[in-house]
Amino acid sequence: MPGLAGRMSTVVKAKISKMLDRAEDPGETLDYGYQKQVELLQNVKKGIADVVTSKKRLQMQTTKLEQQVVKLDTQARQALAQGREDLARTALERKTLAQTEMQGLDQQVKELEQQQEQLTANELRLRQKIEQFRTKKEVIKAQYSAAEAQVRISEAANGVGEEMADLGLAMQRAEDKTETMRARASAVEELEKAGAFDDVTALGSGQDDIDRQLSELTSGAQVDDELAKMKAELGSGGGDAPALEQGEEKA
Amino acid sequence: MIVRISGEGQFKLPDEDAERLNELDNRAVAAVEQGDETGFKELWSQMLEIVASDGNALSDDELVESDVILPPRDIAFHEAKDEFNGDGLIPD
Repeated sequence: MPGLAGRMSTVVKAKISKMLDRAEDPGETLDYGYQKQVELLQNVKKGIADVVTSKKRLQMQTTKLEQQVVKLDTQARQALAQGREDLARTALERKTLAQTEMQGLDQQVKELEQQQEQLTANELRLRQKIEQFRTKKEVIKAQYSAAEAQVRISEAANGVGEEMADLGLAMQRAEDKTETMRARASAVEELEKAGAFDDVTALGSGQDDIDRQLSELTSGAQVDDELAKMKAELGSGGGDAPALEQGEEKA
Repeated sequence: MIVRISGEGQFKLPDEDAERLNELDNRAVAAVEQGDETGFKELWSQMLEIVASDGNALSDDELVESDVILPPRDIAFHEAKDEFNGDGLIPD
């Protein structure tokens, strides 16, 4: 099969034959397989541990952002009720950014969870296949002539080799994803440190720069929409927001 | 024929599916070539759908090589591009 599928098979097969060529005797192949499996197993454990650590970090950040979103929303309402549209806009810009980051984090946590499950399943499958190989080898030896047995055992070894190569690939992908995740967690931390999600009450001098960056980062349209919606809510007299003190009644 | 979805294991499919998969595969390659991400995603999910509907998971005691190895289900478009460019999904 040409194209994507063909290429993929070619690469995997090259990997397997490289792995199996090291031992001409299938018996040795099995020993090599075991040694390789032990190595892989250690890597998988480490890989899963990394995945879990990154996941926890992201989950903590998500919780923090959630709280900040609620706070900023409340502040926007209060600011609007007091006729401080500028302050409300700032709060909403921060809220929008926090929400965007939160969604990104959620998505990544989900991906990590899938990765974790997949790795565990892969590893189990490989373990079972190697066990099967051990059993099968003896059966084949008893049933076939030496030459025939050699061929059949090699075929089975290739099947196991493919499983191994595939687990290697899954590991590598998990590492890449964990790496991306770490970068994302650090980026969110940087934003946090810079005060991008701070309360508007914490606004002091030196915040102008952050605000300028924020309004560039967040979608103006979304903030405008939300602002209009809040105004409409306040204008319709419902809700528990403080009474309007200045004119701002046009929705 | 035996198809492996990378990261998910092997599936046994009727031989007739080879042609359908091959055709989708060729179109997917063309889509990647044209930078058509939506087209690629659509074709890719059709390929996965064939494996899901026609395929039976191979049991763990069957130690056979796959006729076709498909990339991981969640392959990103940029990875598909790398794959197409000949870098291969699995670097040596």
